[in-house]
Amino acid sequence: MSDVTLDPAPPVDAPQVKRKNRFKSVFARDRKAQFGLVILAIFILGALLAPFLAPYDPNEMTLNMMSSPSGDNLLGTDDLGRDLFSRILWGTQISLFVGVATVTLALVFGVLLGVLAGYYGGWIDMVIMRYIDLQWAFPNFIIAVYLVAVFGTGLLNVIVAIALAFLDDFARIARSMVLTLKEEQYIDAARVQGFSDLRIMLRHILPNAMAPIIVQATVSVSYAILGEASLSFLGLGVRADTPTWGLILSDGRSFISRAWWLGVFPGLAIMLVVLSINFIGDALRDALDVRETDI
Amino acid sequence: MLGYILRRLVGAVLVMLAVATLVFFMIRLVPGDPIAAMLADAGSQEAREAMTRRLGLDQPVIVQFFYWFGNMLQGDLGASIYGSNQPVMKILMEALPKTLSLALISFLIAITIAIPAGIIAATRKNSAADVGVSLFAFLGLSMPDFWLAIILIIVFAANLQWLPAIGYAPLADGFWPWLSHLILPGIAIGTGFSAIIARMIRSSMLEVMQADYMRTAASKGLTQRVVLMRHAFPNALIPVITVIGIAFALLISGAVVVENVFSIKGLGRVLIQGIQNRDYPVVQGAVLLISAFFVLTNLVVDLLYAVIDPRIRYS
Repeated sequence: MSDVTLDPAPPVDAPQVKRKNRFKSVFARDRKAQFGLVILAIFILGALLAPFLAPYDPNEMTLNMMSSPSGDNLLGTDDLGRDLFSRILWGTQISLFVGVATVTLALVFGVLLGVLAGYYGGWIDMVIMRYIDLQWAFPNFIIAVYLVAVFGTGLLNVIVAIALAFLDDFARIARSMVLTLKEEQYIDAARVQGFSDLRIMLRHILPNAMAPIIVQATVSVSYAILGEASLSFLGLGVRADTPTWGLILSDGRSFISRAWWLGVFPGLAIMLVVLSINFIGDALRDALDVRETDI
Repeated sequence: MLGYILRRLVGAVLVMLAVATLVFFMIRLVPGDPIAAMLADAGSQEAREAMTRRLGLDQPVIVQFFYWFGNMLQGDLGASIYGSNQPVMKILMEALPKTLSLALISFLIAITIAIPAGIIAATRKNSAADVGVSLFAFLGLSMPDFWLAIILIIVFAANLQWLPAIGYAPLADGFWPWLSHLILPGIAIGTGFSAIIARMIRSSMLEVMQADYMRTAASKGLTQRVVLMRHAFPNALIPVITVIGIAFALLISGAVVVENVFSIKGLGRVLIQGIQNRDYPVVQGAVLLISAFFVLTNLVVDLLYAVIDPRIRYS
């Protein structure tokens, strides 16, 4: 096919090589990023291997209630005699899954809206931007709370609610990137050759717009995990019999004066994961050369 | 300038009208029959019909909408359908001072930490202090506010017994009772917020310190202190103003969660209890009020920014 050879290569090749080196040097230098990668890897492994690693069934109630951390129960037990370590380990699955699923949804649909708005302009842009302005009138967390209030709790609803709350961030970034890139000569060149809009958007605009989107996605995963934990803590999360970090904290809240471990460890898990992702996000921002104002 | 203000005002009013419309129709998407849900199993057929009539639910949705909208414009948000059936406006107005007090204290705590931290980090770039501030900022951003709230209760209320663990005291009961109830929740909400502001101040200060007028000020023989506080800091604050809108979103989201930990019956607690009780008029009203505040804050920030930086008005 001749049009393949004529395809004006977007200037990604050269920066890509540079980018790879930059990645290496940033992550080799940045202690925080290394710490983040290690901690996150441990949590991901823990989530995947939870069925094998958890010493007890996370929902199994025993008479060994509110016992402090010991060899038998690494992080102690709760008021119903359930093993806190096993519950937190299983909770890792939910937290990480919600974080990734939410951001994937928000990214796909947000970027789609943003690219359409930026590329076509006109009434399409107007409709999409008015919708985004409307969403801008609510704090993100309030959107998620309201959506869960209307559609009910549960894993899927929580994911959709948080994803919708984040949608506008991705749409805004994608749109502004497209508006800048649209003026580039290689886009004109592609258009002159008669490539379809879809091809131009997918092959020429999107790859060059990815840097700020990747950084935003990383940061959003940490916000999504915090958001899910907050919803669960308020009783608006995944079902009451699923051990999620927010729910474990909420259940343990009444007993913290007698059992500090119920108040400390679930929150520590949330903080470690979110901190790791934030460290990685910060290094990515450096490596991809994204300025804070782009986001 | 006047044209810009007018444009922004009209824009904000339009957004609020759209928000109200959206909030109204979203509630109508609640799956199932709200009346059945409210009366649970206890409701007889007559009770059900009476309630339907009282809430105007026998009317077509569009009629209900205009009726509700008209009332809303007059400040009537309907009545709670739970417990004592108080007017929603009354419930919200009783909750508002608590949330505003909490937001104020959180804000003060946040800037008290953030301003010195940001300035120190910028003036001693790459020093141990700078690294410390950066780590603090990361921790602040990563800590769930409700968890920090629980830790604070364990340490300062349960063990040291310095401050009350729960509740709220109105300012009328005296300054200290009011403040003492707000310090722990204020720290819980303010810490994450201070992290954002400290980072902003640091990067903004670093940029300003490169400016020519800084060199001029220094070469005039002004002390470093005067140069920093008179010339660098005020200019560094300008971009910080833009994050106040985001900050408000954080404060209000924080309040929703943290009020529930400390049993402060502010807007957040009202909202969550409304959801638990399926008290839709209250939920609707609380969301409307929160979003009205948010839109208003963003409007004020935009106008403030246009006053400070005239270039904005023309773009």
